[in-house]
Amino acid sequence: MKKKSILERVAAVPHTVWMIMFIVAPMIFVLFFAFTDINGNFSFINITRLAQYSNVFLLSIGFALIATVICLLIGYPLAYFLAKTKPSTQKILVLLIMLPMWISLLIRTYSLMALLDNGGLLNSLLNQLGLADINIVGTTQGVILGMIYDFLPYMVLPIYTAITKIDPKCLEAASDLGCNNFKVMTKVIIPLSAPGIISGITMVFIPSISTFYISQKLGAGKFDLIGDTIERLFQNVGTYNVGAAISLVMMILITISVVVMNKFSGNDDDGGIIV
Amino acid sequence: MKIFSKIYMWIIFLILYAPIIVMIVFSFNDGGSLSSFTEFSFKWYEELFHDDAAFGALKNSLILALASSVLACIIGTFAAMGLNAMKSKYIKATISSVTNIPMMNPDIVTGVSMMLLFVAVAGIINIPVNLGFWTMLIAHTTFNLPYVILSVLPRFKQMDKSLVEAALDLGGTPTYAFFKVQLPEILPGIISGLMLGFTLSLDDFVISHFVSSPNFQTLPLYIYNQTAHNVKFSMYALCAIVVVVILCLLLLVNFMGSISNYRNRKKDLKHMGA
Repeated sequence: MKKKSILERVAAVPHTVWMIMFIVAPMIFVLFFAFTDINGNFSFINITRLAQYSNVFLLSIGFALIATVICLLIGYPLAYFLAKTKPSTQKILVLLIMLPMWISLLIRTYSLMALLDNGGLLNSLLNQLGLADINIVGTTQGVILGMIYDFLPYMVLPIYTAITKIDPKCLEAASDLGCNNFKVMTKVIIPLSAPGIISGITMVFIPSISTFYISQKLGAGKFDLIGDTIERLFQNVGTYNVGAAISLVMMILITISVVVMNKFSGNDDDGGIIV
Repeated sequence: MKIFSKIYMWIIFLILYAPIIVMIVFSFNDGGSLSSFTEFSFKWYEELFHDDAAFGALKNSLILALASSVLACIIGTFAAMGLNAMKSKYIKATISSVTNIPMMNPDIVTGVSMMLLFVAVAGIINIPVNLGFWTMLIAHTTFNLPYVILSVLPRFKQMDKSLVEAALDLGGTPTYAFFKVQLPEILPGIISGLMLGFTLSLDDFVISHFVSSPNFQTLPLYIYNQTAHNVKFSMYALCAIVVVVILCLLLLVNFMGSISNYRNRKKDLKHMGA
């Protein structure tokens, strides 16, 4: 048995110290601020105040759920078709799905808003065709559309990866044993791509529920989502405590949903893909 | 079915790229309108190139990305080494799940918690809160760390342990063995962690938004502030440049990847022949 060298013994120490200082300590401060009043005395005042924000939570969860479901409905067929195209085209198409993930969300959201805005290209094209303007910016549909547009690639890529990993022999076996195409899809392909679906759902739901830029731009500031509320509350010192309480609730919500998701997918070795 | 799938993919890709393409096209529009293209000009690009604040933000972004990714690589590589040698499964699992917290948490929560830390610590030691380069460096390094560890740790695991033992048996010091034997083996992991961290840091807006001040702005923060209230066409030009640069880098990486694959395959073939 090889003895561990001194270097190996101490190698993880700087990282552990860093983690305690900059991951664990900030979490403790969130807890601390959430359970104290503005003078630093222990109190439940922020937790009781959360009731005022129940609409914000419901609206955010609703928007994020709708966006996630639509992303899945649009994204799954796309991922499937991608996996079925011939290898040379496939490579380019996958690159095209990945490119938006590398472009800043700010830029993509901003460009979408510019296209859809009242004075934007879409409405001027509609006018030229003799059609009436459609107002998307500043509506519920606008915000949800923004979420779908921004996060669709994050749904497609993990599902695509999961589908390409399916052993073709399984599909052959299924059809040999009498499954029609529809049954192969529902009984083999979809269950085997479940880990991809789960990680896609997490990767769309989490940023959707916590966004504030999308609702600022495509909601024209008319919607108050969790992200907007946290962002606003952290702009002045007096409301840090309530902001911390809301952040804490969001953290708990997301931890629960991730744990539930991982239970569903049945594998806990890797939570998702790294882009 | 084939035709349907083709049409479906075309429509999605068209929708995905339409806003970006429109933005790039209209960044060359002289009129300053988003709906009608009047005349081709470089007007907005000229305006952008005279914008010192934009260049300052770009410089800040690059410095921060480089510093945070290098720092994360140093800490993360040693952490991976320690984790790999660690025997206790329990400690290992605790360290890696805590490390992954910033990856799992929404960015806004990470940003807010870091900000609270800085504000509270400044309050405790009684100095004014000074958000800027240093706080951003800490935040960016923290969210880069899990990615570095994830790309370096598998390299340690794959490495043949007897190589290090051989180096030690042959009289090398542990440090010598690390630099001569381990480092070359794990270098590809370090490089990909470095590149990942660099791009993540360049791209980050949400976390930076909470731990920065107007004194130290990165490019995403600058774009955010400039587009907060009204449409600015020089920002179109800036965004267009960013998109084109990213496209070129992605193509380059892909192209280099296929070249090195080709070389490796050639080498393999040669070995087989020999």
